Amino acid sequence: MTARAASDERAVPARAVTPSYWSRIWTENGPGYLFLLPWFIGFFGLTIAPILSSLYLSFTNFDMLTAPQWVGMDNYVRMFTHDPKFSQSMRVTLLFVAFSVPLKLSFALGVALLLNRGMKGLPIYRAVFYLPSLLGASVAIAVLWRTLFAGDGLVNKGLAVFGIVGPAWISNPRFSLWTLIALAVWQFGSPMIIFLAGLRQIPQDLYEAASLDGANKWRIFWKVTLPLLTPVVFFNAIIQTIEGFKSFTPAFIISGGTGNPVNSTLFYTLYLYQEAFSFFRMGYASALAWVLLAIVAVFTGVSFLTSRFWVHYDS
Amino acid sequence: MTAEAQGLTVVTGTTPWRRRLWSVVAHVLLIGASILMLYPLLWMLSASFRPENEIFTSSSIIPSSVSAHGYISGWFGLSRSFDTFFLNSLTISLLCVAGNLAACSLTAFAFARLEFRGKNFWFAMMLGTLMLPYQVTLIPQYVLFLNIGWVNTFLPLVVPKFLAADSFFIFLMVQFFRGLPKELDEAAMMDGCSPWRIYYKILLPLSLPVLTTAGIFTFIFTWDDFFGPLIYLSDIKTYTVTIALRTFVDSTAESNWSGLFAMSILSLVPIFVIFLFFQRYLIEGIATTGMKR
Repeated sequence: MTARAASDERAVPARAVTPSYWSRIWTENGPGYLFLLPWFIGFFGLTIAPILSSLYLSFTNFDMLTAPQWVGMDNYVRMFTHDPKFSQSMRVTLLFVAFSVPLKLSFALGVALLLNRGMKGLPIYRAVFYLPSLLGASVAIAVLWRTLFAGDGLVNKGLAVFGIVGPAWISNPRFSLWTLIALAVWQFGSPMIIFLAGLRQIPQDLYEAASLDGANKWRIFWKVTLPLLTPVVFFNAIIQTIEGFKSFTPAFIISGGTGNPVNSTLFYTLYLYQEAFSFFRMGYASALAWVLLAIVAVFTGVSFLTSRFWVHYDS
Repeated sequence: MTAEAQGLTVVTGTTPWRRRLWSVVAHVLLIGASILMLYPLLWMLSASFRPENEIFTSSSIIPSSVSAHGYISGWFGLSRSFDTFFLNSLTISLLCVAGNLAACSLTAFAFARLEFRGKNFWFAMMLGTLMLPYQVTLIPQYVLFLNIGWVNTFLPLVVPKFLAADSFFIFLMVQFFRGLPKELDEAAMMDGCSPWRIYYKILLPLSLPVLTTAGIFTFIFTWDDFFGPLIYLSDIKTYTVTIALRTFVDSTAESNWSGLFAMSILSLVPIFVIFLFFQRYLIEGIATTGMKR
């Protein structure tokens, strides 16, 4: 910047009129704003304007055929008092997040710790464990899951070897959500890779010092490894939780878009989709979207506020 | 690796035979877990080559006889054949890659290398959109695209990428650009190089690693995308592979499992190929940025 200002001054001979205020503003700021032009169009046209209009729509009834009708807080009031499907979808989503995220992260950390002990063949194991999480979000895998956990599926064949008669996992409301949790846990590969990278960052001499002080492996894990890894745990937990709240495709494919049996897989996003695109209650769906935003924002905010009590941030 | 192994000796200080036993146990555990992880995928692969009547009677992954029946009946299983759907998915994905690389790198260059008033404010705004759930903008965007006649075209899926709507990749590139030596731009500016030439001739050629990472992740995300095509594409001529598979499940799956599995396997092939050839970029991308997959 300073270099360019200097060269500008040299370029303008002393006898020339000093460049006007506006042309100076332009040479200093113009290129930056020109480069940002596509982003500005997208930011205002596809983010800011839609955010504001969805906030407005959340206070209306809107079916896309007639103009939105202002109904004040009605959508929000109905949601929290008269809508059993809303509370059900909230319950399903919270259960899904509360079980899938800790399980997924425990597997990820466990395998990462095992691999980090200088195991031979680390690249091969890492690739094998990572593959499911790369493929897992696709429709094909959801289709596969649907057949694996069917009454006559591979899972029950496997259980039969041990003499266990498994239920029809997908069509039994007591188990259907657990098949989705299992699918999420199966994809522990990407947080595992982040844990492996985090473990590499822990200085070797800390381990050496701890073991010279006579600490055993268990103590070293709790007093050295885990505290130094808390920033990575925190990061993974935030990312996975937000992803969990936004999860859609597996529940849609496995339940055929219904959230059944008995709404036991009615994820919040699936309910929102049904309200918007099956029943065309766009106002109500917008209100649902704003409640989702509020939940994600509160969750993220609380996590960051509490993080200073357990996340280790020095050095 | 050797450094780690030596570190381990110091840390544990156990006798060699105990260490060897431990290593055997660990390998057995890991191999067992690997088989468990991969079995479903291998089973689907083998099911796609099986005769229809054998799919649910056998749980082994070696078929008694190999048949391409699933691939043929699956390919022609819907009222349009799968070449339409694969071509659509490929078109959309490649356009999204082009859009993301062009628009996000322009934006990231401005944030990382240029000075202008309000830069920090706009950068904070961009970061603010990182965590925004897409549902909040979904309905007004849909109404907008419906009103300008873009529903049942690829435009609602592709145009946002050319407007740098994926702030995650902007952030990724800003981080990378900031790591390149600033002297490069300053020297070029002294020589009278315009910002555009600095971007195009100096920064971009040096940024191949980050562009590759952003490109392959964009490709994977759009290839797999289900929600976008689900709401914007309802004409079978415009279906992507993901939507076609879902239609397949709803309509014919009960009678043609091998066809469904065959098409599912084919839909995973591009991602698997990327996995084989670009694994280093995938793993580095995740390790350094926490990409969600």
